Amino acid sequence: MHLSGIVVFPGTNCEFDVAESIDKAGGISQLIWHDTTDLSKFDSIVIAGGFAHGDYLRPGAIAKFSPVMSSIERFANDGGTVVGICNGFQVLTEVGLLPGALQKNDSLTFICKNVEIVVSSNFSPLTKNIEIGTELLIPINHFSGNFTVDSETLKVLEDSGRVVFRYKSNPNGSTASIAGISNETGNVVGLMPHPERASDILLGSEDGLRLLKNLILI
Amino acid sequence: MASYEVMVEIRHLPGINDPEGATVERALPALGFSTISKVSMGKAIRFSIDADDVDSATLSVNDVCKRLLANPVLESFEIKIREIK
Repeated sequence: MHLSGIVVFPGTNCEFDVAESIDKAGGISQLIWHDTTDLSKFDSIVIAGGFAHGDYLRPGAIAKFSPVMSSIERFANDGGTVVGICNGFQVLTEVGLLPGALQKNDSLTFICKNVEIVVSSNFSPLTKNIEIGTELLIPINHFSGNFTVDSETLKVLEDSGRVVFRYKSNPNGSTASIAGISNETGNVVGLMPHPERASDILLGSEDGLRLLKNLILI
Repeated sequence: MASYEVMVEIRHLPGINDPEGATVERALPALGFSTISKVSMGKAIRFSIDADDVDSATLSVNDVCKRLLANPVLESFEIKIREIK
């Protein structure tokens, strides 16, 4: 059975929701504190949302020096599956596992609402079995979700099918309406929307669970 | 060993959106400041460092800027450094 390690930094606050929804998707989850260095037993690592190290300086900037991060880099470089949700996406860009950066929303407001996103690529552990063009209703909850990347890197992302999710209606100013991307080997994915918050019909949508069900197939 | 006072100014790279600067700029005419333009918001970080000389202090500060204080995707930085007598 798929064992997923959910990374918890001081300030992470979505770990229990992620753990519960991964369990619901059929996997097993285990919370791992940010000083953990042995990740060998895990089938995937999920960096949950929140405010790692208070988001001081920039979101994710301090988190990259937590001991777990160099282990996650090794885990990813060895082909391991890594998912960064919201603050986790910000951490992955800060550490360099994903390109670009998440700057403040262009509205300069915190945005918390359901948004429609479109699956733009199957080149990620979350979208392997989801048809391109599928629309999903999944909430966002962020102040710095404005994905920013230079035009050269954007072209590389577009040409290699690494733009995994796009907002149907751009809520935050993200370049090319990008909501999530993967790395060049397709085993690391980061997204601003929170799949775990769309994991039960009582929450308004189960579309996030579809993504997590893909994850646990690995 | 000498002590140095350091001021790092972090700015947006050209072409990077600066929503804070743009918002401040939009607010200025309402207060009558209609001749102000090119408002840009960044960060200023002040700290002290001990080093053998100004060159090695500058080298360390450069390193910390690249590795932590600035995000090279979005930001550039300028270092001002002076010895504390």
